Amino acid sequence: MTKKFDFKRFVDDNVVVVIFLVLTAIATPISGLSANYILQDIFTRIGRNSFLVFSLILPIMAGMGINFGMVLGAMAGQLGLIWAVDWNISGVWGLGFGVLIGLPIAIGLGIVCGSVLNRAKGREMATGYILGFFMDGVYQFVVLYLMGAIIPMRSAALTLSRGYGVRNTVNLDSVRQSLDKLLMVKAFGLNFPIATYLVIALLCVFIIWFRKTKLGQDMRAIGQDQPVSNASGIPVEKTRIIAIVMSTVLAMIGQIIFLQNMGNMATYNAHRQTGFFAAAAILVGGASVTKATIPNVFVGVVLLHLMYIVMPRAGAQLFGSAQIGEYFRDAFSYGAIALALVLHAWRKRRGVAIDRAGMRQNTVDPDAKGGVV
Amino acid sequence: MRNFKEFAADFGWPRIIIFFFLIALFIGAPFVGVSVSTSFSDVFNRFGQNAILVLALVPMVQSGCGLNFGLPVGIIAGLLGSTLAMQFGLTGWFGFFGAVAICLPFAALFGWLYGLLLNKVKGEEMTIAMYVGFSLVTFFSILWLLLPYSSPAMVWGYTGRGLRTTITLENFWGKILNNFLAVRIGQNFTFPTGMILFVALCAFLVYLFFRTKTGTAMTAVGSNADFARAGGVSSDKMRTVSVMLSTMLGAVGILVYQQSFGFIQLYQAPLFMAFPAIAALLIGGASVNKASMVNVLVGTLLFQGILTMTPSVINSVLQTDMSEVIRIVLSNGMILYALTRKTKVSK
Amino acid sequence: MPNVPPLLSLKGISKDFYGNTVLEDVSFDVEPGKIIGLVGENGAGKTTLMRILFGMPVITETGGYGGQIELDGQPVKFKSPFDALDAGIGMVHQEFSLIPGFTTAENIVLNREPMKANFVCEVFGDRMSILDRTAMRTRAEKAIDRLGVKLDTETLVSEMPVGHKQFTEIAREINRANVRLLVLDEPTAVLAESEAEILLEALRRLAAQGISIIFISHRLHEVATVADTIVVLRDGRVVKEAPAAGTSVRDIASWMVGRSVDAKRPDLASRKFSGEALKVERLWVDMPGEAVRDVSFTVREGEIFGIGGLAGQGKLGIPNGVMGLYAGGGTVLLHGKPVPLNDPRGALSMGMAFVSEDRRGVGLLLDETLEWNIGFTAMQIQGGYLKSYLGGLLKLRDEAGLRKLAEEYIEQLSIKCTGPKQFAKELSGGNQQKICLAKAFAVGPNLLFVSEPTRGIDVGAKELVLQSLRHYNRDNGTTIVMVSSELEELRSICDRVAIVDEGRIAGILPPDADIAEFGLLMAGEVKQEAAHA
Repeated sequence: MTKKFDFKRFVDDNVVVVIFLVLTAIATPISGLSANYILQDIFTRIGRNSFLVFSLILPIMAGMGINFGMVLGAMAGQLGLIWAVDWNISGVWGLGFGVLIGLPIAIGLGIVCGSVLNRAKGREMATGYILGFFMDGVYQFVVLYLMGAIIPMRSAALTLSRGYGVRNTVNLDSVRQSLDKLLMVKAFGLNFPIATYLVIALLCVFIIWFRKTKLGQDMRAIGQDQPVSNASGIPVEKTRIIAIVMSTVLAMIGQIIFLQNMGNMATYNAHRQTGFFAAAAILVGGASVTKATIPNVFVGVVLLHLMYIVMPRAGAQLFGSAQIGEYFRDAFSYGAIALALVLHAWRKRRGVAIDRAGMRQNTVDPDAKGGVV
Repeated sequence: MRNFKEFAADFGWPRIIIFFFLIALFIGAPFVGVSVSTSFSDVFNRFGQNAILVLALVPMVQSGCGLNFGLPVGIIAGLLGSTLAMQFGLTGWFGFFGAVAICLPFAALFGWLYGLLLNKVKGEEMTIAMYVGFSLVTFFSILWLLLPYSSPAMVWGYTGRGLRTTITLENFWGKILNNFLAVRIGQNFTFPTGMILFVALCAFLVYLFFRTKTGTAMTAVGSNADFARAGGVSSDKMRTVSVMLSTMLGAVGILVYQQSFGFIQLYQAPLFMAFPAIAALLIGGASVNKASMVNVLVGTLLFQGILTMTPSVINSVLQTDMSEVIRIVLSNGMILYALTRKTKVSK
Repeated sequence: MPNVPPLLSLKGISKDFYGNTVLEDVSFDVEPGKIIGLVGENGAGKTTLMRILFGMPVITETGGYGGQIELDGQPVKFKSPFDALDAGIGMVHQEFSLIPGFTTAENIVLNREPMKANFVCEVFGDRMSILDRTAMRTRAEKAIDRLGVKLDTETLVSEMPVGHKQFTEIAREINRANVRLLVLDEPTAVLAESEAEILLEALRRLAAQGISIIFISHRLHEVATVADTIVVLRDGRVVKEAPAAGTSVRDIASWMVGRSVDAKRPDLASRKFSGEALKVERLWVDMPGEAVRDVSFTVREGEIFGIGGLAGQGKLGIPNGVMGLYAGGGTVLLHGKPVPLNDPRGALSMGMAFVSEDRRGVGLLLDETLEWNIGFTAMQIQGGYLKSYLGGLLKLRDEAGLRKLAEEYIEQLSIKCTGPKQFAKELSGGNQQKICLAKAFAVGPNLLFVSEPTRGIDVGAKELVLQSLRHYNRDNGTTIVMVSSELEELRSICDRVAIVDEGRIAGILPPDADIAEFGLLMAGEVKQEAAHA
């Protein structure tokens, strides 16, 4: 049975993706950037960002929406890297060490985050967002005041001149692109960070496998109907916490992959935009607040970052100001998140209305006429 | 008489802690060489500067739309008002009230559209409001660059177009409310009478509004939408009115803020302005679905008090600037507390 | 075989909620492979009895129950529904509890999925096992086969017709390895006639396989055909336990509603009505759980018109539809003028008022003062209790007027409160109901809808509420349409009583008609001639 491709319906279901496709299709030629340059940048950014975006999938599956609390994981990753640098463990081992340190922190923060979100059912997203801000304050307190004062630090290069607190920028030279360069393959004049891709591929396999497990099935069930899941004996609250813990841990690893590619770390800012970029990417990729797939992640990362690459140049070409291009891409990214959220909320309401209308056919007597709705 | 424990549970421990923290700061101030009169002067100043932005949140809370994370929508309207008034060369009282007059229709229009949108997404207002605010602010960042503003006081000197990031109000209407009937006591204390009067006027108008038929209906919608509907009140209409009102107050609020601050801040500046206002309202004792004038006044005073006192006092005590951390933890902690508090739905 | 104990034996079960007795000395047995038909009016105690059987937390929270439940002759006490499930008791609720995005098979084995263990389980536990999809399907098919119906295991629940959802739900219960007793609460309520037939057939099949069934339904002819034994509950007591063979529907109906005293209404003769106050024609209302399909009736000027019927049959939908609170269609005329439907304001503006059955959800502003509650509609619809300032430019709430209004009604209806400034949530149920009445009285209606005015309030308050309605009708000549689940109440106050069944008016009777007549109408035994009375 072949379904006829319904163009209007496809556009209807994927408005956000289509808008971004059109947008980048217009902006790319205007930017005047070479295909080679754009492609190389895209391939680098796929390696750099996808892992972070993947961390959003599980909470979406468990019906908790976009986990803006993933920045907690990013902070854990940064703490891990700070120690890796401080202990002067370099290369891939440094990254591994960072993950090892970050792991318990991420799990702890994930449990906190999950418990907080369990207390705010129905408004997880706004709460997760604010929790990110709140923890940012705690993170600053720890890194700026405790590290070097109460928590011992060895490297003077990391510490502020006053004797405690971590410098505003941490130089990650010791681990810089160590994963990317582990297996860099040159082809078609482009560099492919195969090792990073392998890690991401491994994560994809894990997610596919995880969906088939009992835990994955439980998360899907909870995501669709909490009371029913609860009545059938699935531990709802605990499973939701597990989803958030896994998301936080993945975000922690993702942030480490992100930072090793960047090569340095803005200690107090690097995590702030993480949630925004990941959320924008997955939504631009066609995911909704209740449904996200692996292709959504890749489509989203490519489209969002293509726009980030070409927009400033396109702005410069069109308006003589790269600044305008930058504002444009910010406006569109925020707009994409807003639009995706609005569309989802709107569809949900429409779905309920359609369900009711369907029920109504049972209600109304077929002979009853003269009724106006 | 209610016992203290019950009162504390109702009012919330965080608020009580914040209250005593502020008192401790004031008591401690003289011992670490911080001038109390300067502090009081600052607190009043900042209170007046921020109070209307906090007040702007009340209508939407009352009508059940929740905390208005989309306050930047109103702020943008206010920015349009002040930049246009400047462009038209209005100064002094004409400038300030001209800006008010210009911003209100914009705010009403934006608020109406924003209200229509929020009616379509009931139940998820807060996250969506946040991102609607963000998108509008970034979208207007583009417009600030492209709109044909030409007043030399506002545009970038070297290109002659595009608005500056910060525009001084010095020769226009800077501090015009603050200085009106200002009372100076001693060296360091100035009471910004005009601004406080203006805040009082706005608060009084909102207070009156909530005593009208529409205001009563709005409160009922927020308290129990089904009751209001059964009483013949359209909750969508009331919600839209509340969003418009909130947006218009936000626009006026930013104008008062600007004249006291002395500058118009454009581009990304309004992005996060909703958060401190929300924190202040919550510290004042409001919840996600109930807020009063008292919440606004007490909350703004407490929150701005803390913001004023922590840098000076804590820094003198600890010899390090921890005010930023305290501000972040305090304001977001307060919002977090309100969002996770099991809302006592009496049903 | 006197020595084989019955599968389930209820012995002297009793239960009260805060001194309010809902079950008293309920005893009956369920033999293996037999179908028990459990019937009773709303509030007869069926739901509470099933909650006790299932160990629902609400029972222990309200002080537990008296008597003993025996399974295979052994006393049992379930602490949670899961204990009951483990003991082999399955329950199918009236509302579907299925995951919409899951297939039939996934729902049938929900949280009991067959799994294949792997090495990860060693570290992280069983939940990391892979689901065995083939085994899931086989098990689902087996359960469906036992039911003897046709169901595709791979269809999503969200895309199924209602009948299939019901079968999926039953299949899920019998998929449990040890299921021996199945409780079905109104399983045919949402089904069409033909689907219900198939369901009854499936139940017989299950019984033949040795599974006992407690079948709760208000459709008495279904009960009469499928059950082996019929147990009738009334006012928390078992009034009759009889073999189904040789029992007529009429018998069951009169047992169900029958009370010894007949309503005596000497006043009826003196009641005179002139003209037509409300005329409803072909009304349908889309109210969830209380759908009205096709209803026509006429209310005379000055009459108290009663509407009764069992829960879920649509009696509540009628006032809610006329007042515009739920979507509906048809024609409604008030004193000959058409009432706009789907428009609460329009309905109120025509001078009608409504006391909602959902007191706390719709009737009251719990977090506001009594004066607000009483004066709100009058203010919003009639512009009352507003004071003009600045030559009419500004109109503010007339606080003094509101207080006076509230004080008047507090006095008149003897509402127990600390004063007009008290919050509505702090009042007892009966007094809250009086506030709702006061709100309706305050607009001076020419037609008053009162829905379930005595639900959930104590006996003394009940009489006061009914008394004030009676007085209001007599003193002001206001036409009242009263909807209630309590037949006695309707018969004691109304001039005529209509019974609603499955969204239609089954018949309209004088209040002193034979009680069995009411029972038959409620049980869906529509007399064709009565349908258009």
